Amino acid sequence: MPETKRALAEHFETLEQQHQAAWLGMWTFLATEIMFFSGLFMGYIIYRHTYFQSFEIASRHTNIIYGTVNTAILLTSSLTMALGVHAAQEGRNKAVVRYILITILFAAAFMVVKGAEYYEHFKNHEIPGQAFHPIPQAPQAVIFFYLYFAMTGLHAVHVMVGIGVLSVMAWLAARQRFDRVYNTPVELAGLYWHFVDIVWIFLYPLIYLIDRHT
Amino acid sequence: MSTEIVSKKIYFVIWASLMVLLFVTWGVAQFDLGLFNSLAALTIAIIKMLLVILYFMHVRYSSRLTWVFAGAGFLWLMIMITLTLSDYTTRGFVRPYNRVLSNWQDKNWNHLPGDKPMEPRPLP
Repeated sequence: MPETKRALAEHFETLEQQHQAAWLGMWTFLATEIMFFSGLFMGYIIYRHTYFQSFEIASRHTNIIYGTVNTAILLTSSLTMALGVHAAQEGRNKAVVRYILITILFAAAFMVVKGAEYYEHFKNHEIPGQAFHPIPQAPQAVIFFYLYFAMTGLHAVHVMVGIGVLSVMAWLAARQRFDRVYNTPVELAGLYWHFVDIVWIFLYPLIYLIDRHT
Repeated sequence: MSTEIVSKKIYFVIWASLMVLLFVTWGVAQFDLGLFNSLAALTIAIIKMLLVILYFMHVRYSSRLTWVFAGAGFLWLMIMITLTLSDYTTRGFVRPYNRVLSNWQDKNWNHLPGDKPMEPRPLP
């Protein structure tokens, strides 16, 4: 099969083995990503534990509408990404381009909402620094906002990297580079995108849902 | 290829469940359930994560070796959280033998927000 010959690198015995190696490599990378984020999550847990009330009050200053809309956008983009990977596994390059472009569109929408949210924080003097307006009942609110910007900011960087990776995948698919036998790059880009989604799944309750019932 | 091609229908079902869970976690947060609020929010987040990992990320259909690699990162994360919290949550449990230090703690540590004043215990 000529397709197989082209897809198989010389240091692998079979396509199966090559595919397995690529997936394990990607999961190893994702494990380092988990640890990358986990330092921030650990910091959040400790300060949330120490300054419980300040965090409750400060979290009410975040906009739950932006947060919920963004969660819905990212979850839906994960669906279109999964459909893109599905199309790649069937070797339908045109469909891959279409699904990945929709996913990029959702990612861009996420960034726009995030930008609007940051702008609101900027206007309300909620960005830590000289212009930060302290909240009288919550003396440690500034720690919440430090963590908020560090965590959502790092996540936003990952979204932007994702847009870059997906653009390359769309370009390759437009050039008919994938088929039933060779589609691993799209699969791995999909893994990365779903990971970014998972990080947000945890950021959403930790930032927006702490204390909404009052 | 080695990856099983999953039917499209499963992806739509998973997406619909994720959206329902998003609505549920938003709804639960509107009620005052005390400590249960955090518990519910995190439980739902973990369920959503498992749905994404098992179906969107195909781990359910992957080899056992992939399961180990996917689990390793979370295992070490849990170890870090457990060990760190076992330190931070138990710091007020032990009172120093030294009376001077103990009095100093009573005076100063209780001023930290989040620390409840301790009942003075008789020292030997």
